Amino acid sequence: MRSNHWQIIGAALLALALILPMVPLAIWSLAHGWRFPDLLPRAWSLKAWDYALSAPSGVLQSLWITIWIALATTALAALVGVPAGRALGLHDFRGKRLVLLLMIAPALIPAIAIAPGLHGVFLRLGLTGGTGGVILAHLIPTLPYMVLIMAAVFARFDTVHEDQARSLGAAPWQVWRHVTLPAIAPGLLTACLFAFLVSWSQYLLTLAVGSGRVQTLPLLLYSFAAAGRNDVTGAIALIYILPGVLVVALTARQVTGRHPALMAGP
Amino acid sequence: MLAPALLVLGGLFLTGLGLSLLRSFRYIPALGLTDPDLGAYAAVLTAPGFLTSLGLSLWIATASTLIASTLALGAALLLRQTFTGRAIISFLFQINLTIPHVVGAVGILYLVSQSGSFARLAHAGGLIGAPSEFPPLTHDPFAIGIILTYVWKEVPFIGLILLASLQSIRPEHEAAARSLGANRWQVFRHVLLPLLMPALAAASALVFAFAFGAYEIPLILGAHAPEALPVAAWRSFTAIDLATRPQAHAMAIVIALIGAVLLALYARVALRKGGRDAV
Repeated sequence: MRSNHWQIIGAALLALALILPMVPLAIWSLAHGWRFPDLLPRAWSLKAWDYALSAPSGVLQSLWITIWIALATTALAALVGVPAGRALGLHDFRGKRLVLLLMIAPALIPAIAIAPGLHGVFLRLGLTGGTGGVILAHLIPTLPYMVLIMAAVFARFDTVHEDQARSLGAAPWQVWRHVTLPAIAPGLLTACLFAFLVSWSQYLLTLAVGSGRVQTLPLLLYSFAAAGRNDVTGAIALIYILPGVLVVALTARQVTGRHPALMAGP
Repeated sequence: MLAPALLVLGGLFLTGLGLSLLRSFRYIPALGLTDPDLGAYAAVLTAPGFLTSLGLSLWIATASTLIASTLALGAALLLRQTFTGRAIISFLFQINLTIPHVVGAVGILYLVSQSGSFARLAHAGGLIGAPSEFPPLTHDPFAIGIILTYVWKEVPFIGLILLASLQSIRPEHEAAARSLGANRWQVFRHVLLPLLMPALAAASALVFAFAFGAYEIPLILGAHAPEALPVAAWRSFTAIDLATRPQAHAMAIVIALIGAVLLALYARVALRKGGRDAV
């Protein structure tokens, strides 16, 4: 192809730009001091990692809390979002556009617009300052992706197979377990990955509802960055991105192939 | 089947907004305010900082969206054709999608701040003698670092949506245009771009909304004055002086209204057809 080398140059620049912001984070995490104008640290050390992985830093505790919140949010979003996706994907009804609008709204109306009001509501319900409240709050930005992806999955789902299973005497849970679930599994996996990532990256809603007592990784990362501990910040940043990198490496094919029109969530 | 989702979103999202709406009208019985009025909106709209913050956030969102969607369009067209690095770029795009914004913001900070990696390279190249001679790209009035973070994060996001959309465009359209004598630019302008437009517009609306409303990125990379609107709104909400609370709620409602405009635009583009394939 005529323009092949331009494509390769373009792709190389793109790859470089994508990786570049992670480079100083990785270097800082291994630096034993790194003063201007040194291009690289004069001495290297693992002390930032030692500290980040030790109990007093609270990093591992934050990691488990963040994972727990993201898993619980994903499970709840699936529980609530799969039936809604089915209704929207399989049926036409009056007011469907309005329902869709409400479902999409949290993706376009920023969290900062809801955070003050939500804080007030949760304060009355005694839901501030704990992981339970944070999980509920994370459902707001998570559900749009779960519902829309599942609606698209069910729009391509044929209920005939369910009818056949039922006519052969299968109980409702058997129909779900052996017919519906296998058919929607790849789409459900994609939706769950998005739900997990949206909760995993959440900052302001955690801050607003957790009242500073629920220290997820992004909040901890910010407090170390603001305190000027660049080395520990680098280590936390790498710990924080590791699960996402692993998940993509393991599931890349499923996510890209089948439901490509649904790459959701900026 | 819709009831649980409607209950959750209605219960959390709408009551949150509703409470903000009440309080923005200075209706807070606990503080002895029981006569709703528009005082908070008047105070917010006439405060000099608010309009500057609003303008800054609109600038950040507009610039980020335009730059990211243009680059993403180029990247998607580049990646569509098979060549050696394609698999690697697609993989990096997906990796990037999983990296939280807060990590990207700190990475950009360490890269482009006045004592960051680029400044050190400039020093090594003899271009600057001290950090202060490097142009301020973080905590700067033009929010360059913030925009860089969004562009870095959203090019892969829009790019993946466009790639998926390109997959569904049948090659016959382009072949037909070519056989009628269209050059590559004309094929792009009159065939590909119109077919990609719905996906590009929908993705751009999501990116605009995010870049306009995100809190932690301007918190890390933004200047103290003017502040991006989300930072100003949250600082006003957490201020010790409870009397300014209604103003914080009024700011939240103004942000929600801008989000609602985006929602209406998004609905026009993405939900146009109605029926089963509306999503």
